[in-house]
Amino acid sequence: MQSHACLNIDTAPVRDEELLADVITRVIGDVRHIAVGNASPIPAMAALLARARGGGVPYVSLLQSRKHNFFTDGGRELFDCAGQGRIDVFFLSGGEIDGDGNVNLVGIGDYDKPSVRFPGSFGSAHLYYVVPKVVLFRTEHSRRTLVPHVSFISAPGGNAPNIHRPGGPIALVTNRCLFAFDRQRRRFRLESVHSGHSIAEVAEQTGFDYDCPETVEVTPRPSDETLRLLRRVVAPQLAEVYPQFAAAVFGARAP
Amino acid sequence: MPLIAPTIEDALAPIRDGIMLAAPREVAGVPMEATRALIRKGVRNLHLVTLPTSSLQADLLIGAGCVAVLETSAVSLGEFGPAPRFTAAAKSGGIRIKDATCPALHAAFQAAEKGVPFMPLRGIIGSDLLAHRPDWRVIDNPFGANDPIVVLPAIRPDVALIHAHMADRAGNVWIGRQRELATMAHASAKTVVTVEKIVDGNLLDDPMAAAGTLPGFYIEAVAVAENGCWPLGLPDHYGADLAHLGEYARLAATTEGFTRYLEKYVHARRAA
Repeated sequence: MQSHACLNIDTAPVRDEELLADVITRVIGDVRHIAVGNASPIPAMAALLARARGGGVPYVSLLQSRKHNFFTDGGRELFDCAGQGRIDVFFLSGGEIDGDGNVNLVGIGDYDKPSVRFPGSFGSAHLYYVVPKVVLFRTEHSRRTLVPHVSFISAPGGNAPNIHRPGGPIALVTNRCLFAFDRQRRRFRLESVHSGHSIAEVAEQTGFDYDCPETVEVTPRPSDETLRLLRRVVAPQLAEVYPQFAAAVFGARAP
Repeated sequence: MPLIAPTIEDALAPIRDGIMLAAPREVAGVPMEATRALIRKGVRNLHLVTLPTSSLQADLLIGAGCVAVLETSAVSLGEFGPAPRFTAAAKSGGIRIKDATCPALHAAFQAAEKGVPFMPLRGIIGSDLLAHRPDWRVIDNPFGANDPIVVLPAIRPDVALIHAHMADRAGNVWIGRQRELATMAHASAKTVVTVEKIVDGNLLDDPMAAAGTLPGFYIEAVAVAENGCWPLGLPDHYGADLAHLGEYARLAATTEGFTRYLEKYVHARRAA
């Protein structure tokens, strides 16, 4: 990735990461507490953007951050908070994601000798159930990642009615489009396609079935105010947790 | 009384072949100097359990052949990509992996802290994790009706190995807000600590310090390891060495490169 540090900070063209963060922030809506886990720089951007817009609300907890994290009871506090319903939004990705909203963070092939091994399930097998608004995100939108059925279910998109499950997926954001998720039907619906991409391309690159309305909007461009907040407020905050990402995307360093 | 050990090697004596060793998550102050000493010591067949995830520490121990069983929620180098030795060992079947999910490990350690046999946890039902964890069970909530819930057996490690900013001569260790280090110590039979420094006085005498102090009661041995998390960071004190982590990710991508890394940074001791 190329550094954009030399461009004028307020007039540089919209970066893909900025568009995705803006989309995620819109999907989240008004909430009290957004938590972000490991290896999630774009969701972290979105959470910090929501907080910058709200002048300090919602609360944002970046799991790996020293500064943007108010927890004082160790790593368990995030999960304890979530179990009680004190976290409104979380983000999950997956090596594979399927049309039922199942995510795979473990691997492909035989469990004992997989052909592909991912890092592991992280907190997904709890948070996906108890956080009301889980946003799935994946910046590689392809038939390799968005598959008919995942090889391993780290966390399922839904459960039988007798399983305690106040939470679950609300949307899937990719580099090409935004899908909304219908929890009753366990099915995605194409909501908007990002500028420069097409409905046909989404169909070509998606391995699972989804609902496609007759007309699908183009994902709106972030406003000038959003871009200003992302570049002037969010980027330096992000650099504390994701130094490589912030430097590559924004040319930003931690203050 | 905890041993204030003259060297890291002395402090590591309780960590023997085949024990269950608890390791902290990658941002909680990871005892990397002690980890390199463990590799030099040639410890084998560890059951490594991470609370709840790990990065460089688990990858190094796996690559160096110290680990037989790994219980974890995830091992990754974060921004530096997949953990290459973990990935290779998982694909070859070279280690047995007990896949977990973060709050399950937290809950299982908490069960050990309380001395109870198990802890219930929401979620997990419908995940393939359950099929691969015969030790995890689903019961009916005894206080509800038609309410299945997962129960997890307590995790009682033989030794927890942690790093912190400072200790006093009574072996009290100041961990600040890295409270999972206290959970690890409470749950484990023995706890070995490396610290940046040993201070005069008693940390429990100052109420501000006492709240963030792990009492020496839980501690087996303390040794000084300055900059002991390098190349990872110690929260509130120093950051990670990003250039080194990049070098690790590049070298550890191949077996030969990893061997060169071990020779250069583990077996040839760093100059003091």
